[in-house]
Amino acid sequence: MNARFSRRSVLGLMGGAAALPLLRPSLAGRAFAADASTLTIAYNVGLPAFDPTVGGSAVNPTIQSLYQSIFDPYIAQNADLSFKPGLLTKWGWNADRTKVEMEVREGAVWHNGDPVTAEDVVWSLERAGDPKGGNPIQFVWAKAGNYKIDGNKITGDVLSFEPTFFKWMAFLTGFVLPKKYYTSVGAEGFEKKPIGSGPYMVDEFQQDAFLRLKANPKYWGGKPAFDTVVFKFVPDGASRVAEVESGQSDITLEIPYEEFDRLKGKGFTGYATPISDIGMIFINDIPPMLDRNVRLAANWSIDKKAIVDKLLRGYGVPISTLEAPGYEAYDPSIKIPYDPDGAQKLLAASGFTPEKPVKFTIQTTRGFKPKDYEMIQAIVGMWRKVGIDATIEVYEIAKHYELRAADKLAPAAFYNWGNAIGDPSTSTGFAMFGPSPHSVWDGQDMIDMIGPLWGEPDEAKRIAGYKAVQKRIADEGEVIPLLQYVQPIVARKGITVVPQSNGMLLPALVKPA
Amino acid sequence: MGNGAVLRRLLLVPPTLFGVAVVVFVLLRVVPGDPVSMMISPGATPADIAALHARYGLDLPIGEQFFVWLKAAVSGDFGISITRRQNVLGLILGRLPATLELVLVATVIAFAIGWGMALLGAYFRRRSPEWVVDGFVAISLAVPDFLWGLLFILLFGVLWPVLPISGRIDPRVGVDFHTGFFLLESLLTGRWTVTGDLLRHLILPAMALALPLSAIVTRVLKASLGEAELQDYAQVARSRGFTRRRVLIREALPNALISTVTLAGVQLTFLIGGTVLVERIFSYEGIGNMAVDAMINRDLPLIQGLVLTFAILFIILNLLIDLFISWLDPRLQHG
Repeated sequence: MNARFSRRSVLGLMGGAAALPLLRPSLAGRAFAADASTLTIAYNVGLPAFDPTVGGSAVNPTIQSLYQSIFDPYIAQNADLSFKPGLLTKWGWNADRTKVEMEVREGAVWHNGDPVTAEDVVWSLERAGDPKGGNPIQFVWAKAGNYKIDGNKITGDVLSFEPTFFKWMAFLTGFVLPKKYYTSVGAEGFEKKPIGSGPYMVDEFQQDAFLRLKANPKYWGGKPAFDTVVFKFVPDGASRVAEVESGQSDITLEIPYEEFDRLKGKGFTGYATPISDIGMIFINDIPPMLDRNVRLAANWSIDKKAIVDKLLRGYGVPISTLEAPGYEAYDPSIKIPYDPDGAQKLLAASGFTPEKPVKFTIQTTRGFKPKDYEMIQAIVGMWRKVGIDATIEVYEIAKHYELRAADKLAPAAFYNWGNAIGDPSTSTGFAMFGPSPHSVWDGQDMIDMIGPLWGEPDEAKRIAGYKAVQKRIADEGEVIPLLQYVQPIVARKGITVVPQSNGMLLPALVKPA
Repeated sequence: MGNGAVLRRLLLVPPTLFGVAVVVFVLLRVVPGDPVSMMISPGATPADIAALHARYGLDLPIGEQFFVWLKAAVSGDFGISITRRQNVLGLILGRLPATLELVLVATVIAFAIGWGMALLGAYFRRRSPEWVVDGFVAISLAVPDFLWGLLFILLFGVLWPVLPISGRIDPRVGVDFHTGFFLLESLLTGRWTVTGDLLRHLILPAMALALPLSAIVTRVLKASLGEAELQDYAQVARSRGFTRRRVLIREALPNALISTVTLAGVQLTFLIGGTVLVERIFSYEGIGNMAVDAMINRDLPLIQGLVLTFAILFIILNLLIDLFISWLDPRLQHG
């Protein structure tokens, strides 16, 4: 130890540090300056990986906005879920549905300047359909193959008819990637420097912090309004509110409805749009849910409007089927009544009364979706009045997935179900078809009704079939549809947002007012 | 602490880490939440699901899984993150500097506030400034770090918006660094604008973490100063005509610091634990924030790697604190 660094001097220095708080901070001043050419979005989830076609993140609906900013889907969607040209300008089957036919947009270029070709599209489709490729939707993409290219036209053989084949092209993993670039840099290189053909190009990425994008001046849809877009990853809802309120971000989404109303009152522009995501209660085909009277009573005794009005401040649409308004097989004629007296009579017929109630467990998440736990609390209160004594069990979403995959959920289990392409197979189909790993009700009636619809080539017949399925579900009470969620988006004054029914927040559609 | 004691402590590190690894590994596989169940596609068959389990090695018995993992971990391979599809060690090493810088700045703030408040309270004993100090201690201890975080966001992000409330650096600033230690690197390379921006981003989360620790430092140091002032050496100094301020700072403080550093060192480990929630609230890109995502997604390889990292941090920190205390108080070297 030398004289400069003695124990006494160190202790002295440590004591001197006591004066530090007295120092006037020199960091004061405005933290941020407004920049009209930059759009900053306080986004609710981070981006785990760039490749939008492989791994778990590829099927995470909440990050599709990020992917769609960089990559183009084969087929795009309008704000109302209807389809429009993306990198494909034409698509469809031949008359006998043995071939798929596509036409690739001319003039589209990758971010490195290379042209987007039919070869890129075929390579992307074949890669997606490769069982070893890691695409979670491979089971769809593998249903066509043997593609042939003629200029910008592509034809392929239908290996197994899949009615939703083209609809998936606008949804999870439905993105075209650059063959030449990807094969030259490899998967790792692509993650480090991804390129797409979308409206924005990756400029800087700090995982868990932000993604900075620059406008693609050669975008086939025209240069976006903002030169720079910054997605700040802010998972905490209260922090996202503070981000826009402090002016540090221009837009945010998925904030508590109370805060949404408050910010609207403070001059921010609020967009509340019903999206393709519903709240529901799975019913498992185990006692006491094998009793139709119990299932129907559980359905009829829930006042969904009261839940929406009182818990969600009116932001929600009560539903009676797993097909929400706007979905292709939505049938407004199917109504589940709010009839507590009727529910009580049904239960009485099975020997249950409020004094001698039927008992079961209902599982729910808490904080995973807006007011999820509070909704279930309210429902349990409504059930109690008619003769259902339900015990609430709170679980994490990870446990829900595990129990659902193992078909070990409680008699009732709250969940939300997204369906961005609005097709009945991706909502009612997968949720209610016994052999699907995501279904809970495994009744033979559903297997018999839904089974033939998977490969039904007659679209009108397929949709009619799904409407019949929904009618049957409502008559038998095999699931409890609750509400269609409303997505809150808040933006500062001076910009306009085009909310999407599929829940995406697309910066390319945000413009100065 | 003598060389023998240091060696003994170092020898205990591998078994400690092994114990942590066993506990974490078993716990993660016993608690509900199979990561594969979160990745199952709607059209997956039982064979597809079994293949996914096999792909991540989750089809093997727990014991076998552990030894496969341990064998790789010993050579520095902690596996591939399920959600991020990147090497776990690389991911952690990429984020760890952010957390270390946050912890360092929070510690400096905590000690600076704590010592200042303790000196103030001790100097003005039984007078109104001491009540202010006691009130500060009570409030700082009663409010947990993450609530301080939310409060600071409201105060300095919304009501008086002078500081950024999310992230580690302004996204408009070029992130051109060779290491993950942005603050240190910007200081060493003299990029003062970047340093200023990094500090502005650090100050609120660091303050949130620092306040509870600063309260402990204040309380312990104030009490120690009170005792030290009654000791013979302090009385002698006063009888020689030294002012109270001088006795307090030059005589009492150095002796009182030893007990403070001992206790504060232990509390420092809680500060590191607190980074998990505070980083989340401030969207700060450290390993705490990463741990929350890993837990939500049941990213088993990443969770295991992160827990081991935290364990290593705690072990190193405790060792350093013991060495430091032993250096400050030579009596301990012969104890």
